[in-house]
Amino acid sequence: MSESPITRPQSRREWLLSDAPQTRRQARLGAIYQGWLTFRANKLAMFGLIILILLIFMAVFAPWLAPQSPFAQNLAGRLQPPSAEHWLGTDALGRDILSRLIHGSRITLFIVGTVALIAPIIGLFIGTVAGFAGGWVDQVLMRITDIFLAFPKLILALAFVAALGPSIGNAVLALALTAWPPYARLARAETLTIRHADYIAAARLQGAGPLRLLIRHIWPLCISSLIVRVALDMAGIILSAAGLGFLGLGAQPPMPEWGAMISDGRVYILDHWWVAAMPGLAIFIVSLAFNLLGDGLRDVLDPKGAKE
Amino acid sequence: MTQSLLQVRNLRVTFPSRQGEFHAVRGVSFDLGRERLGVVGESGSGKSMTGRAILGLVRPPGRVTADRLELDGESILNLPERRMRKLRGSRISMVMQDPKFSLNPVMTVGDQIMEAYRLHAGGSRDIARQKALEMLNAVQIRDPERVMKTYPHEVSGGMGQRIMIAMMLAPDPQILIADEPTSALDVSVRGEVLSIMDGLVRDRGMGLIFISHDLNLVSKFCDRVLIMYAGRIVETLAASDLHNARHPYTQGLLSSLPRLDAPVKRLPVLQREESWRDGELQIKLSGKI
Amino acid sequence: MIDTNTGGQGPIPPASAPDRRAARKRRLRSIAGTVLSLALTLLGLLLVTFIIGRVMPIDPVLKVVGDRATQAQYDAAYQAMGLDQPLVVQFFRYLTEVLTGDFGRSISTGQPVIEDIKRVFPATLELATLGTLIGVSIGVPLGVIAAARRGGIIDQVARVVALVGYSMPIFWLGLMGLLLFYGILGWVGGPGRQGIIYDGMVPHVTGMILVDSLIAGDWGAFRDAFSHIILPASLLGYFSLAYISRMTRSFMLEQLSAEYITTGRVKGLSERAVIWRHAFRNISIPLVTVIALSFGSLLEGSVLTEIIFSWPGLGQYITKTLLAGDMNAVLGGTVVVGTCFIGLNLLSDLLYRVLDPRSK
Repeated sequence: MSESPITRPQSRREWLLSDAPQTRRQARLGAIYQGWLTFRANKLAMFGLIILILLIFMAVFAPWLAPQSPFAQNLAGRLQPPSAEHWLGTDALGRDILSRLIHGSRITLFIVGTVALIAPIIGLFIGTVAGFAGGWVDQVLMRITDIFLAFPKLILALAFVAALGPSIGNAVLALALTAWPPYARLARAETLTIRHADYIAAARLQGAGPLRLLIRHIWPLCISSLIVRVALDMAGIILSAAGLGFLGLGAQPPMPEWGAMISDGRVYILDHWWVAAMPGLAIFIVSLAFNLLGDGLRDVLDPKGAKE
Repeated sequence: MTQSLLQVRNLRVTFPSRQGEFHAVRGVSFDLGRERLGVVGESGSGKSMTGRAILGLVRPPGRVTADRLELDGESILNLPERRMRKLRGSRISMVMQDPKFSLNPVMTVGDQIMEAYRLHAGGSRDIARQKALEMLNAVQIRDPERVMKTYPHEVSGGMGQRIMIAMMLAPDPQILIADEPTSALDVSVRGEVLSIMDGLVRDRGMGLIFISHDLNLVSKFCDRVLIMYAGRIVETLAASDLHNARHPYTQGLLSSLPRLDAPVKRLPVLQREESWRDGELQIKLSGKI
Repeated sequence: MIDTNTGGQGPIPPASAPDRRAARKRRLRSIAGTVLSLALTLLGLLLVTFIIGRVMPIDPVLKVVGDRATQAQYDAAYQAMGLDQPLVVQFFRYLTEVLTGDFGRSISTGQPVIEDIKRVFPATLELATLGTLIGVSIGVPLGVIAAARRGGIIDQVARVVALVGYSMPIFWLGLMGLLLFYGILGWVGGPGRQGIIYDGMVPHVTGMILVDSLIAGDWGAFRDAFSHIILPASLLGYFSLAYISRMTRSFMLEQLSAEYITTGRVKGLSERAVIWRHAFRNISIPLVTVIALSFGSLLEGSVLTEIIFSWPGLGQYITKTLLAGDMNAVLGGTVVVGTCFIGLNLLSDLLYRVLDPRSK
């Protein structure tokens, strides 16, 4: 290479983008910064991120943001169209739809967050154990996974909720129980590719037991592809949760769950469209945001999959 | 040089990239007569891209420019796709590296050869079938009737490449570009495939551009050799003159080949110098790439 | 495999008879393996429905004998239903019952569940089939063109169509469609399968009204049924289109970067021939699986659609009986949908073998 390196003070950006990082920390931060640059260049993904930040903000500060209580009924002012007083109109009990949407964001985030936490963890555990152990353990676990995959997801969730009784908690459980198999498959595939890697053998020679190998060496490597998958699945989880709510199997009245709100407005659809339209729009915007974010994350974390 | 089939002057292929333009081929010039011309270089030297540019196969956003790109005295630079299509296959053709990937896996061998022939010669299926059998015979496949009905995954690499040659030569092109035609094959069948190709090219009086990274092979097989480095031709030599190479890169390539008659303890590592990228072209690349 | 490594110098040895027989045997064995694994999956499905049925907080005996039954009546029914037996025995009993088509009696309709399902299933099948037809006939060409002109206008449109499809709650879109096309524009029939005047007028043959009215030659009934089915079918079709076009595009991009495509171009083939004659043949094989999967998911996805459109199909049946705590009906419906899923998997697996020369 060139013989006379020009020495001049580096800007922080140059430090981050350096081809020859001096420390591991610099390399890692540099990689994150590179990823961020790729992500930031994707306008749609940024749009998704902004929407989701707004959503979280809305959920956190719901009581201060909502113009009215989500439960305050006003039978005199029921089924009012959108106006200056009620921006999104009122529902059949005269409750302010905007306030209910704002409070409902908490429920949506709770459901999505919990399912997106539980399902991948179940999947990660089953998939890595199956891939790492091999043999009959692998056979049995993958057979169970296949059975769950062969099930119609929504109907299985319906049957679960019906068996356990309708409530938010059971809806979350049912969704998680139907959502884990793809993660298990993914984690198993990743495990199979790294199981025979030299550094696993090296760790084994150093005396690492199977549990330690699994937790310290295999799980961390499966995480990034799982995160991408979760990000892409979030929208699907929202839609399924809303579907359960719509069927009356999720959050129970009077909780302002978005799917249930659409169900409430269904009867009035022809004359009072806003009652059903507004919560549906909210679901659409949020799941769109998750989809955009997921696409952007995939471009950063899994460039190979992004080409498809 | 006898009359030249192909004239290339200052051919350039560029691709836009995040760090600005990437120049895959940077001003390549040569003539091709009815001869076997070897193009040698390491991977990324632009040798394959040169072949594809001649065939008009550089897809956008890639860009091809040249002062001159003539086939039989007729410019073929950036022809409209429709006219280029008429030339491809019928006048210039190409054999690629690995028949496992370059043959369509779900079409029979016979259908693929017949398609190539009928596209340019027209005619009935029967005539095309006769021609395909004839071509398979020409590449020394013994049971052509049977091979016609097989699918690509059912034949070996060596046979696949002979099928590929049969297919590409069926419409009687004047120029064949062979892009690493033997690198994916088993060592034992390489010579055979090469000699079949050589015989056909010679009998038909075609021009052959033989792209390879194997200097030894090229020097034995070709009449002339172009040495490419970083998108440019650094040296042109008659194959018999190879030992007189002057460019340090060519010398480096030659000395890094093991020789039975003059064994050395340790083969020298190929040294590359930044200055070879530009040489007499004196292109100053501004800024960092 | 013929002639793997000899370079093909010698003549290809004609596949001898024992060779061919062995190949056929291998093929049969792999098909048998597939069937066996699907049978295992089916068994698992039944096990899960069985467990759900036992976990249910609803007392199945009470549902049968009613609240006013005496303890003796209750015990008699308890024994008659085999609930005093060990769970394993109960499961085998359930298994034999289900395999002979006996899902028990529905409490909400008073009919054997299998009869109910026979009645409602054709409605769902009709809807899902039309939806898949719409999804395939638009989704496949859309995906192919999007891949061929990557980054072009069609590609952008396909991207937006898919993105919206992945983000839209189906039941909400259905409601909005009903509002617009039925409530405001009046272009389509409203909820239900038929207008009142045509109800029960067409002789029942297949249970699919579009087909039955054609068989009967009753154009009025056909037009009426069509105006009712087109909106929910388009809705399902849209979601299937979003999925199919995305998958088609991604398969196509993969094929278009394959080397044999360059071969086609070197031959001088037109771009259209390269895409449709060469690449499309290759993607049609995995597409079969995608279409089968999408059809299966429409059978299931029709649950919400059927509710919106008051479509008297399996999805509505399952939901209604579910809310009524009618577990026999719910589990029967679940088993039927699950079996369809598994059957579609088997079908696409077999088609794969037929279509792909490499699998022979």
